[in-house]
Amino acid sequence: MSTHRVDYLAIPAWTKGWLTLVAALGAVVAVAGLSVLYMEHQGHWVTGMTNQVVWGMPHVFAIFLIVAASGALNVASIGSVFGREVYQPLGRLSALMAMALLAGGLAVLVLDLGRPDRLIVAMTHFNFKSIFAWNVILYSGFFAVVGFYLWTMIDWRMKRVYKPAAITAFLWRLVLTTGTGSIFGFLMARDAYNAAVMAPLFIAMSFAFGLALFILFLMGSSKALDRPLSLELLRKKGRLLGLFVAANLYFVAIQHVTALYQADRGPVEAFILLHGGIHTWLFWAVQVGLGGVLPLILTLRPDASRDRLAAAAILVALGGMAQIYVILIGGQAFPLTLFPGMETTSSFADGQVASYVPSLAEVLLGLGGFALALLVTLLGASALRILPASLGDGEEATAEVLDAEGEPHAAQ
Amino acid sequence: MSHDTTRRDLLKSAAIGAVAIAPGLTLIAPPAQARAPGQPASAANRWGLLIDTRKCGSVCTACVDACKTEMGLPALDRPATDAQYIRKVDVKDPKTGHQHSLPVMCQHCAKPPCVDVCPTGASMKRADGIVLVDRHICIGCRYCMMACPYKARSFAHEDQSGQKDHNPRGKGCVESCTLCVHRIDAGGQPACVEACSKDGGAAMLFGDLNDPKSEISQRISKEATSRIRADLGVEPAIRYQGI
Repeated sequence: MSTHRVDYLAIPAWTKGWLTLVAALGAVVAVAGLSVLYMEHQGHWVTGMTNQVVWGMPHVFAIFLIVAASGALNVASIGSVFGREVYQPLGRLSALMAMALLAGGLAVLVLDLGRPDRLIVAMTHFNFKSIFAWNVILYSGFFAVVGFYLWTMIDWRMKRVYKPAAITAFLWRLVLTTGTGSIFGFLMARDAYNAAVMAPLFIAMSFAFGLALFILFLMGSSKALDRPLSLELLRKKGRLLGLFVAANLYFVAIQHVTALYQADRGPVEAFILLHGGIHTWLFWAVQVGLGGVLPLILTLRPDASRDRLAAAAILVALGGMAQIYVILIGGQAFPLTLFPGMETTSSFADGQVASYVPSLAEVLLGLGGFALALLVTLLGASALRILPASLGDGEEATAEVLDAEGEPHAAQ
Repeated sequence: MSHDTTRRDLLKSAAIGAVAIAPGLTLIAPPAQARAPGQPASAANRWGLLIDTRKCGSVCTACVDACKTEMGLPALDRPATDAQYIRKVDVKDPKTGHQHSLPVMCQHCAKPPCVDVCPTGASMKRADGIVLVDRHICIGCRYCMMACPYKARSFAHEDQSGQKDHNPRGKGCVESCTLCVHRIDAGGQPACVEACSKDGGAAMLFGDLNDPKSEISQRISKEATSRIRADLGVEPAIRYQGI
């Protein structure tokens, strides 16, 4: 029963390195803003998106960030809801990153709308049969719920409501990711979607992607700030990442095996798994190989080094982008089935596999979402005491663990 | 409801009178069922089409051309992004080689997935079953395009010019076949149907599926018809023969 206190220190602002990073991220965000102006002024015909592939690269980035956002909160949940003390010092960063990633993803999503100027309409007109409308509420509520949760972690006067806030945030993120997965799960029109497994699949994806980004930020910030970071803690997180990656692979297997069992899904499965060109390549080589099997090998070794764990996290994020690309673009590229068993042709690309070549502006918008998420995290951790002063072990562990009750302490 | 029925009966009586007085006229125009300005669409009507693909020539595009003219859809020569409210789909049975051609447009489903998924309610179904997009509250998210099993919707990918008063279009909004709602409300029939009977194979029949005495109701009660992807259960108002 340890009663050590965790000290949290804000990232020192206005240093040369801090200013350089803020300027660099700000520049990427600004370039993304210019891309939006260009696409919105010209109209979407200048993007790679068409009447066949209606959601493109911005949505790949946005969905990745939104899914990762809810996953990034898991570190806090494991510490608070499930009482794993070793994770508690990271709860604040976990909550901040969750909000920052969601902000980045939503910014990309909203700025790709045909009419982003009508965002207020989306906030005031709700069709409650639409999972999109529910997501507007779930995403907005996420900021409130997680923001409050972060407050209870930072302010000792709020410790009474720390646990309820943690449980609410955990349940909220599960519902939120269910909502995101259901965007596809509820689509009966397209052979690649329309499956209940989409919701749990997205939850597994969120666990993996969110933790991968969390590990990367933690390693990067510890190095930049020269703060100790225990290798044992990293390995623990690495093993957890491996578990999440395995869960993701499991649901991917269920997704495809179930579809393969249905005769009418045969063609779309053959497209994704066998002869879908870029989609097949991304699925097997990047999603399953680089983003699934390889991180499993890297993280589950008991003697995993820091570099290997960092590599595993990068690969999981890369594989995640590929996974969402295959789900989103691959699912749209495969033609709609108007007449099962028949061959169709038309002036509107019926029966044809749609091609999609993302434009530079789309990719820049998506990268802007990443930059915004990082910028918000950086600024948040500079303004508030988010990061523990030390996550070291041995002699460095003086400020590592917190009290036995699992209650957070105020920083001093 | 009773009010609508009465009005319809009145109009029918008028039409029957017209038949008695000038029989030749009935060959040219159906009985007028125009709605008075301000009067809402009525659930007593269910507007639909019956398309006999056996009369639909594979090279004929009369319906498609008429739609483009009627709705003010210019060809920008960008096939991937140009709006198409109606298209001709050629269907081939790979086992037998049998081919036929048919027009596909918004199927004006009774249970439209586009309406279900629309976050703002911009995608909506009128009381008389016509599925439309309210361009005032469409935010351009394109979820309806993801959800439509018929790929019936287009996105306005660029600034619009040469718009028709009855079909205002806006960059960044989704749009689709309105079943020529402006004509129906004025007592007419869709432009595609008119063009098909004039320049095509007279394969398309427009009418009220809720009126058991309408020609379309009479035909579908006596002849075999089917709907595209009837298995999805969305109950389209467009019926086909020969598919």
